[in-house]
Amino acid sequence: MEILTNLINGMSLGSVYAIIALGYTMVYGIAKMLNFAHGDVIMVGAYICFCAISYLGLPAIAAVLLAVVGCTVLGIVVERLAYKPLRDAPSLNVLITAIGVSYFLQNAALIIMGSDPKSFSSIISLPALRLFDGKLVISATTVLTIVACVVVMVALTFFTTKTKMGKAMRACSEDRGAATLMGINVNSTISMVFAIGSGLAAIAGVLLCSAYPTLMPTTGSMPGIKAFTAAVLGGIGSIPGAALGGVLLGIIEIFARAYIGTQIADAVVFAVLIVMLLIRPAGLLGKDIHEKV
Amino acid sequence: MSLLHIENLNVSYGAIRAVKGISFDVEEGEIVTLIGANGAGKTTTLNTIAGLLKPTPYSQITFNDKSLIGIPAHTIVSKGIALCPEGRRVFTGMSVQDNLDMGAFTRDDAEAAETIEKVFESFPRLKERRNQSAGTLSGGEQQMLAMGRALMSKPKLLMLDEPSMGLAPILVQEIFEIIKRLHSQGTTILLVEQNAQMALSVADRAYVLETGKISMSGPARELLEDDRVKKAYLGG
Repeated sequence: MEILTNLINGMSLGSVYAIIALGYTMVYGIAKMLNFAHGDVIMVGAYICFCAISYLGLPAIAAVLLAVVGCTVLGIVVERLAYKPLRDAPSLNVLITAIGVSYFLQNAALIIMGSDPKSFSSIISLPALRLFDGKLVISATTVLTIVACVVVMVALTFFTTKTKMGKAMRACSEDRGAATLMGINVNSTISMVFAIGSGLAAIAGVLLCSAYPTLMPTTGSMPGIKAFTAAVLGGIGSIPGAALGGVLLGIIEIFARAYIGTQIADAVVFAVLIVMLLIRPAGLLGKDIHEKV
Repeated sequence: MSLLHIENLNVSYGAIRAVKGISFDVEEGEIVTLIGANGAGKTTTLNTIAGLLKPTPYSQITFNDKSLIGIPAHTIVSKGIALCPEGRRVFTGMSVQDNLDMGAFTRDDAEAAETIEKVFESFPRLKERRNQSAGTLSGGEQQMLAMGRALMSKPKLLMLDEPSMGLAPILVQEIFEIIKRLHSQGTTILLVEQNAQMALSVADRAYVLETGKISMSGPARELLEDDRVKKAYLGG
């Protein structure tokens, strides 16, 4: 029963990583940049949700919606101000800028919200699921997190394979010049991807803080980096890869915590990244890059 | 007024001037070809008309009596110009059908559905492979897909950049047959080719580009007989 509990908790944590990793991977696929500020958008989302409930007294659903809208706008604004001017710059410049944006968001949160941890009360007030005569208790947060991940995954897959805008997004990720020739506005497509990724990050933030209820300005950075690891593990640029990588990484982390040691769990997670990069750099579901001439 | 009117077109890559003040026209219903060696500025010219490159000031590109200078690249296709780019550049990770759908990105779905039937008539092989990923097509099929994709926008002017590049002779023949057929159906075509022999044999008029300048122009049939053209581009 203990293994099963750990497995389910791992899947739940992994689902959060997966939702964050989806944002990472989509932005990478289209904009060809690693948005290291992505993790901090999670933190902003969680703060918006926290403030909406604690100070404005909004109901949970409204607070989550507000967080999604807030982060979507934040994503668009950050892209427009920080990344768009660097569209043709070397990728290292963009990477450094992203790290700068990350510090900016963390410190802005520090000034506005203070450094003391806020205790995030779970927005999910449903009873826990009890199975096998109460031997296996799964909290509603856990269930909801896994469900949210599946829904997001299915919705994104549908969007990118069946809708005109989604296909245009894939076209941009393959060849911006050719996409422009089709009449696709590459800039607004990139903007849209940042909007989607950041909106997802808000959801991830709320789910993460519902499960681990301490909210600080640095709350987003570790999950952000782990989600990046998950995206690389699954194959960066691949949507199913991000989901698979996220869930796997969550399970690995929880098992490492339970059976190896709490202190070393994070090290195990990053060791997985290193091993993956050595054995299969393209990731589990990543495509080997080959072109037909 | 010509359908496409280019005057004093200058394009630079940094300090390197690739196109140096060229002027030419394409009339409605014509096939006009730009021929010339590697690096003469043919592709640069087409990419600039398509909006992918910005010309230097005082260059004029007029299409259908409207200037194309300074308008965003992604709006060019809805003005009626489609470029089938060098190296085909089909979306290899997407299906043939999705590639064609992208060609009609700016049009509404009902109109696109009509056009796709016409494209399948011109390229029956694309219809057979509509659900196949574009990356698995042969070079010739990819060229057909790139041309079909460009036609999906129902362009007034179709620009083809090196459609015969890297294809077996039999496929080159086939591609040029298709070009002739499209022309007979009323499509205006601006063709860039290194295969000057083929290009001159299908075109109405031709311009010879040499290091960024037009060195000769005239009816294609006359250029085909011209000694200098024969010597430089037709192998004797």
